[in-house]
Order: sequence, then C-alpha cells, then structure tokens
Amino acid sequence: MNILDQLSSTPLYLISGIIILFVAAMSVFFLIRAYRAGLAIGMDKTKLKRTITSSVTFSILPSVSILLGVIALSGTLGIPLPWLRLSVIGALHYETSVADIAAKSAGLSGLNVDEMTLTAFVTIALLMAVGIIWGAVFMTLFGKKYSSKLQKKSGSSGGRSFGDTAMTAMFIGLITAYIGSYVGQLVQVQSGSLVITGQYLQLVTLAFSALAMAVFVYFAENKKMAWLDNFSIAGSMLVGMAASVVCALIF
Amino acid sequence: MNEQERKAYLEQYDSRTHFFGRIGLLIGIILLIGAPFAMGLSLNAMPDANAFVKGFLQIAIVYIPSSLVEFLIYTPMLGAGGSYLGFLTGNLINMKIPCALNARDIAGTEAGTTENEIVSTLSIAASSLVTTVVIALGVLLMIPLRPILESEVLQPAFNNVVPALFGAMAYKYFRKGKKLVAIPLVLMTVLFICMPNLISNVGFLMILSGAIAIAHAWLIFRKEGKAA
Repeated sequence: MNILDQLSSTPLYLISGIIILFVAAMSVFFLIRAYRAGLAIGMDKTKLKRTITSSVTFSILPSVSILLGVIALSGTLGIPLPWLRLSVIGALHYETSVADIAAKSAGLSGLNVDEMTLTAFVTIALLMAVGIIWGAVFMTLFGKKYSSKLQKKSGSSGGRSFGDTAMTAMFIGLITAYIGSYVGQLVQVQSGSLVITGQYLQLVTLAFSALAMAVFVYFAENKKMAWLDNFSIAGSMLVGMAASVVCALIF
Repeated sequence: MNEQERKAYLEQYDSRTHFFGRIGLLIGIILLIGAPFAMGLSLNAMPDANAFVKGFLQIAIVYIPSSLVEFLIYTPMLGAGGSYLGFLTGNLINMKIPCALNARDIAGTEAGTTENEIVSTLSIAASSLVTTVVIALGVLLMIPLRPILESEVLQPAFNNVVPALFGAMAYKYFRKGKKLVAIPLVLMTVLFICMPNLISNVGFLMILSGAIAIAHAWLIFRKEGKAA
C-alpha cells in the first residue's frame, strides 16, 4: 500500500465524515431555529425562503472552486484530510499556504508526495487544525460579550442607521483593497520603473462580472423581474469567469 | 405576539443562540484538534513535537492576529448566529460574508436588527450546507470530475472565482455608497502599484481601507445629521 492509499484509507474517511456530519447538523439546527424565529416574529415566509434560495445559488460556484482546493491538496495529503479541512473552518487561500509551511517544518522540501511520511502527515494535519481555529476560539470566548456590546451600540441614539452605513463602508473598503491588489498585480513599480506584468485576467473577470451585474440590476429594477435577484450574483460570476476563459484563449 | 412577548422571545432566542453556538464551537474545536490524533492512531504515527512547535510559531505569528481582526470585523457583519456558524464552517471572506450581505440586500434588512440576524444565520447555514454537499459530491465523483475541473482551458475560470465574486458585489455596493469608493480605491491602487510586495498582505490592508471608508461614511453621516 503506497502512502496516498494509506492517507485515503477508510478509517480516515470515517473520521473526516463524522466531523463534517456534526458541522452539517449544526448548520441544519441553526437554519431551522432562525427560520422558526423569523416566522414567530412575523417575518414574511417568502422573504425567508428567498434568503435561503439566493444563498444556495450564490454558494454553488465558490463551492466548486473550494472543491478544486480539495483536489489540489489530495495529490499530497490524500482525500480525507483536505475534504475535512475545506469543509470545516478551512479557507481556500489559507489551507495551501499553511500546508506548505507545515510540510517544511516537518522536514519536507514542500508539499511533496515523494517525501511524505506518516509522521509528517499527522504533524501537517495538526498544524493545519491548530493554525486556523483561532477565529472559533475568539468567538467561543468573547462572542457573547462582543455581540452584546454591538447590540447596545446599535440600540443607542442614531447608531442603528449608521450601523448599516458602516457595514456598507466596510465592505466597500474590503472590495477596493482587493481591486487595488489586482491593479498592482498588473502594473507595479519594480526597481524604480513602472512594469506591466501581463496579469490582467483578474481585472477582466472583475469588470465583466460587474457589467453582468449591472444588466441583472437593470432588468430586476426596470422590467419588474425581481426574481432575478436570486440568481444575479451566480449569473454575474459565470459571465466573469467565462470572460476569463475566452480572454485566456484569445490572448 | 405583542411587543412585550416579542421582546421576551427575542431575548430568549439570543441567549440560546450564544449557548448553542458556544457548545457547538467548543465541540467543533475539540473534534478538529482530535482528528489528527485519531488519524495518527489509525496510521500508527503521532505528530513530531519539534516540527509542530517550529511550524506553529511561523503560522501563529500571522494567523492569530489576523483571526482576531477577522473576529472583530466579521462579527458585526454576520450577527451572533451567523458568526458562530461562520467561524465553524470557514471560507468567510471568499463566500460567507458576501453571501450574508447579498441575502441582507435581497431581504432588505438593516444591520443590527433582529431580522438581519435571522437572515444572516439562514444565509450562512444554507451556504455551509451547499459547500458540504458540493465537496462531498466532488469527493464521491473525484475520478470522473477531475479531468473537467483540472482542464487547462477552464483553469482561468477557477483561478478567478474571487474576482468574479467581488466584481458582482462591487457593482451593487459601489452603487449604494458612491461617495465612499474613490478615496480607498485610489489609495489602495497607488499603494499596491508602488509596493507590490504588500499584495500578499491584502487581508490586513483591507482593514485600513475599511477604516478609511467607515471614517468617511461617519463624516458624511454627521454632516447629513446636522443638516437635517
């Protein structure tokens, strides 16, 4: 039995499967609780259902890209560990870099299946787990206190309406940082002169996706097709991603 | 339900959200840390303590501060229920946060309200379940799916999922907060052009651009308040 067969053995699938099932059960539990609470306080049933539908359609494409992370890592870590890592707490951008740091600390030259040993594997698995749990730890320890403080703030004079503006502003800040990073990947100062690197696909994808969203919004608002809102993000993403494929083929 | 009953119901809902959320996270953390040891028992191998300490120091120096920042920023965005679920299921910035904000837009709820808390929890729970199902199906169908997902032609699409997501969200949010876009956008763009080595730290720098946008929003909010 080679190392990858050992890392994809039935007991490892069972261990990952049990944890993933627990987390899925918790999601179902919270979903049902929130749905019932929504109905109890008189929220519109259609609105609650639309929230679920739009979130489902929204999440399909990003989930496929997360699946790619599982596939990418499965070549060195087998399938069960990446399956667990990317289904629970994990983040696509985090797992690959942490797995690489962990592999180097375990004495490997990087994430390399030829050098992988069982001890290195369990060390990497532990490092990946311990490295990412801190958000959950902070939430467990301070989540209640922090949430109560936030609630009090939003309940105080004028706070509530600014809370909404602040969220919009925070998200604008987040997006502008990412757009700036995409521009910086295309055009950057290297050794004192401006260089065009040729990494334009991120900006093309972003632009086409935004353009598609503009079309969706136009139809939803002006042609009374509000149902389009449920699919506008997924549809815009598909357009943006398709544009990146076409551009990569042409240029 | 009258106003008093509604208040009592929501207080109980909120308190139970924290109770179940904390228990769930605690069990989740124990299971996640226990998993490598359980896998090790099955494989007859245990983690190398020296390698673990060496790796942990490298990872902790980056990820503990960034987790703290994420906790402080994302909790108000997601609400209590959404945060407990979000921090357990992960993929926050590339999926859960935009998903919850999109749901909020569609449902038309305001941050800080109970309705928003409920919408956010529903959204994150639904999103987590979709990811679980997609990845489980992908693992089951790994052999037939692999050539399609790894095909060279489709790679640009899968490498650009996040820009695709942010493009769509950018249109929606820039439209909503037109006045707030220019300053952080110009600042971040110039910063990354002049110092490209900071690109890998975009996760930290978004705190700066977020703070600038919030400060600007606060100034506008105060000015409009005074005018009214």
